[in-house]
Amino acid sequence: MRGAPETMAVLRPKSGAEAVKLYGQQTKAVPLAGGTDFMVLWNLGLLNGRTILDLSGVRDWRKIAAARTGVLVGSLATHAEIGRHPTVRAEFPLLVSACATIGAAQIQNRGTLGGNIANASPAGDTFPSLLVYEAVVRTVSPRGKRKLPISEVFAGVKRTTLGPGELIEAVELPFLDKRPSRRLFRKVGTRLAQAISKTVAAGILRLGKGGVVEDFRFALGSMAPTAVRLTEAESAVVGFKLTPAVVDEACRRLERSVSPIDDIRSTREYRLEVSRNILRSFLEGNQ
Amino acid sequence: MTSVGVSHRRKEGPEKLCGLAKYIDDLSLPGCLHGVTLRSTINCGTIKSIDFETGFPWQEYVRVSAMDIPGRNLVALIEEDQPLLADRKVMHPHEPILLLAHPDRAKAYEALKHIRVQYEALEPVLTMEDSLAVKRALYKENNVFKSFLIEKGDIVKGFESARYTVEGEYRVWHQEQAYIENNGMAAWVEPDGTVTVQGSMQCPYYIHKALVKIFGLPEEKIRVIQSATGGGFGGKEEYPSMIAGHAALLAWKAKKPVKIVYDRAEDMPATTKRHPAIVRHKTALDKNGKLLAQDIDVVMDGGAYATLSSVVLSRGTLHAAGPYECPNVRVRSRVVATNTPPNGAFRGFGAPQTLFAVELHMEKIARAVKIDSLTLRRRNLWKEGSTTATGQVLSESVGACEALEHTVKKSGYVRKVKEYASWNRNAKKKTWKGVGLSLVHHGAGFTGSGEVYLASKAGLSITEDGRLQVLAASTEIGQGTNTMFSQIAADALGVPFDWVEVENPDTKFVPNSGPTVASRTTMVVGGLVRRAALAMKEALAKEGLVLKTPSDVKKAAKLLCGSEPIRRFIVQYEKPAEIVWDDATYKGDAYGAYAYAALVADLEIDKTTFEVKINKLTTAQDIGKAVNPLLAEGQIIGGTAQGVGYALLEHCVYKDGAMVNGQFTNYIIPTAMDTPAMDVKIVEKPYSRGPFGAKGVGELPMDTPGPAIAAAVNFAAGVWITELPLLPERILKAINETQGQR
Repeated sequence: MRGAPETMAVLRPKSGAEAVKLYGQQTKAVPLAGGTDFMVLWNLGLLNGRTILDLSGVRDWRKIAAARTGVLVGSLATHAEIGRHPTVRAEFPLLVSACATIGAAQIQNRGTLGGNIANASPAGDTFPSLLVYEAVVRTVSPRGKRKLPISEVFAGVKRTTLGPGELIEAVELPFLDKRPSRRLFRKVGTRLAQAISKTVAAGILRLGKGGVVEDFRFALGSMAPTAVRLTEAESAVVGFKLTPAVVDEACRRLERSVSPIDDIRSTREYRLEVSRNILRSFLEGNQ
Repeated sequence: MTSVGVSHRRKEGPEKLCGLAKYIDDLSLPGCLHGVTLRSTINCGTIKSIDFETGFPWQEYVRVSAMDIPGRNLVALIEEDQPLLADRKVMHPHEPILLLAHPDRAKAYEALKHIRVQYEALEPVLTMEDSLAVKRALYKENNVFKSFLIEKGDIVKGFESARYTVEGEYRVWHQEQAYIENNGMAAWVEPDGTVTVQGSMQCPYYIHKALVKIFGLPEEKIRVIQSATGGGFGGKEEYPSMIAGHAALLAWKAKKPVKIVYDRAEDMPATTKRHPAIVRHKTALDKNGKLLAQDIDVVMDGGAYATLSSVVLSRGTLHAAGPYECPNVRVRSRVVATNTPPNGAFRGFGAPQTLFAVELHMEKIARAVKIDSLTLRRRNLWKEGSTTATGQVLSESVGACEALEHTVKKSGYVRKVKEYASWNRNAKKKTWKGVGLSLVHHGAGFTGSGEVYLASKAGLSITEDGRLQVLAASTEIGQGTNTMFSQIAADALGVPFDWVEVENPDTKFVPNSGPTVASRTTMVVGGLVRRAALAMKEALAKEGLVLKTPSDVKKAAKLLCGSEPIRRFIVQYEKPAEIVWDDATYKGDAYGAYAYAALVADLEIDKTTFEVKINKLTTAQDIGKAVNPLLAEGQIIGGTAQGVGYALLEHCVYKDGAMVNGQFTNYIIPTAMDTPAMDVKIVEKPYSRGPFGAKGVGELPMDTPGPAIAAAVNFAAGVWITELPLLPERILKAINETQGQR
């Protein structure tokens, strides 16, 4: 362990307001939520000499509250807490499935949704589900409060569009107008637990009269610098019946929204083909 | 009341379970400094200069470079080619160059950022192919650390009379031992000048030998103590000599205790791995699938220094032909140098590589001659009286057939071959199913005359206060040494298991019973412990004493110790006269006995993701006698799980000769979720010279999963992959290539 705690200054706000104030004064501070990514850096000594903004005392941001239009998930709610929440379980099963595949039980008990988003890993397992549910991220900074669609939060590998001193307060999950006919969450990791995704997919599809697709949303993680919605493939499907030609076209268009790479975990070829297989079996209704 | 054959609880179990066991990082030594290592960032070249940043508080640090070494700058093992600290020449990435120590661990690491090493880089040799082509001479003129040749019969004649000739090439790569406790060592110098090290290790006397040379001190001025050790798997066979040398040099220069404990990010890229190998087979068969000739060529990648490569290659060579009788055999093998960190000992020690090749080649033969691989194995496997490739006649304890037949029957192999073929024809199914078989042998103890050279000693002592203690340098590294020794000593002496203790391996108190490797601890050292216990029993019998009650032990203590605090009964290894081996021709009795194992892998492959899910592994393993059945089964399950990792998941990614996925996030070993259900049967075909009939079990289970899983994957996906690990990426690629050819 190369972390040297005596070289670090720790700020311990007791409320959201205090956290924003302190972070505004020290924008180079490293926010600490659940610590599951933080401790990796700590262990390698990469946080030595840094100021730490410990958010564990900000109790308000841990709440999960169901309202008429949706659920408001506090940024410090853990993956385990999200996975247990009855309204989230009933209305946002893809997020529940995603939370259940992150690391393993210990990580799910510590890791938070806000921390996961702020860390902005291309392989963040909750992101495809959040994209499909069109989550809205609520932030707060000395400049005031903002609401950002989740699709506008990620700027690149481990980079967000959050400004200096800006913290994630909560994530809004709006209820879907109508129940989807099909839904899918699939993580393809390097093994069955404690794994980072090679590709991770979430999707919903609603069929209307005569088998015409009324709504189709599909998102992938680990396939580009950020998690992405397959807007091109979606537009090939919405308003059409799921004929083999439509399915083929959607699968062909998958590539337009992603840019997978060869890395230490997998290959471009594998990521593309498996993602296409997942999309195809979802559209064919036999996943 | 006998102990052997009973699943006694582990001697050290309660301490480990309650967190009381002290691993090296748990030991606090007053005034201890933390040592760190500056390592090379290039793979091949020379060091031009080492610059220490001005203004950094270097006066707080102790520094050691090659110049400070009082004796020889050498990690003494087999050859004398590996320096303890790189002097001018750098041969591989992460080669140690300089050591630093500071009272504060983080500050010790911090200092590494303030040293600049200037190199003159040379074009490296990174592959076995480039090494064989001598793109640059790294070791002698041909880059070959060692080569072997086994010849039996006349292979030319064998191929002349062949009905079928089948050729194949097989490849395996690095594997990390993945012990849970990283390498770590503490060192200090006693007031009398004795250099002492304590830490995580398999082989105290290897370290002892290395330190004698590094310090140029007499043997009695070096002391090596094992602390509780969190796994070894071969990874703590030779490497601890390096880290012990480093810690001892720092302590000697600092005149204070020094501890070096690697973190995973340092341990994984810097320490030894399993040798990659390329194995080529050319096989001649008659019309019934009987083997007529085997021509086998083995190349292994040794890395930058010789370390244990010659003996790894030896074991790989001696297992290359499989447990099959063949009248004409030639095995040619060599291990070559590359500019990568030295590869070294790992459970199986060369055999998993060559057994993977020969066993998967059986599947290729089966396809070519249209006789199923089970029948092929039945027609060719060793029986009592068979002659091996080295001309060894197997006179006893040959359980290959029992292991195979039990496994085949219990797994439903024959039925599943048919069922799964029909399942796979159904395009609507979401998976392909496969079943695969392997049959292996594993020689227990050192190769050939190795045990004679070792001339190991072990003993049993009784103290004046009546404690019975096994004396051996064999380490408990999670495999059950302490428990097994106690059981053997208890039965030989005729006392209950609980009466026997095991002395902690400490070169001051225990004799050199050789290294804790090569599946030799039970069969060889256990045999010595038994003889020592019998010697004590005989000494007591002469006095008319039989140990029946605790007060008998008190009487024995008085009788045997006299006025001394302790009486030791030490015995030494004696080669059985009938075991004959010739190192020059590689002919004769390569091992005293072989253990045998068969395994059936039953799996399915997801057609969407090409992920392999093993549903069941069924195995039977002939280990002579299970001294402790539960521990033996644990070894089989654990070794098989490690083999599953080797087969499916474990992939060391190298870039410019350095491992780039050196953490558990990205070096993927199986979790409990990835480890399938196993059906384990222990077969006991006793070996007359093993204690209570026991052979070795430690490495055997590592050999079976690779070829069986590869056979099953190839069956399921309708492909022919000849390389491990069978990553989904590799399976997809093979499917695409196979379909492209159709």
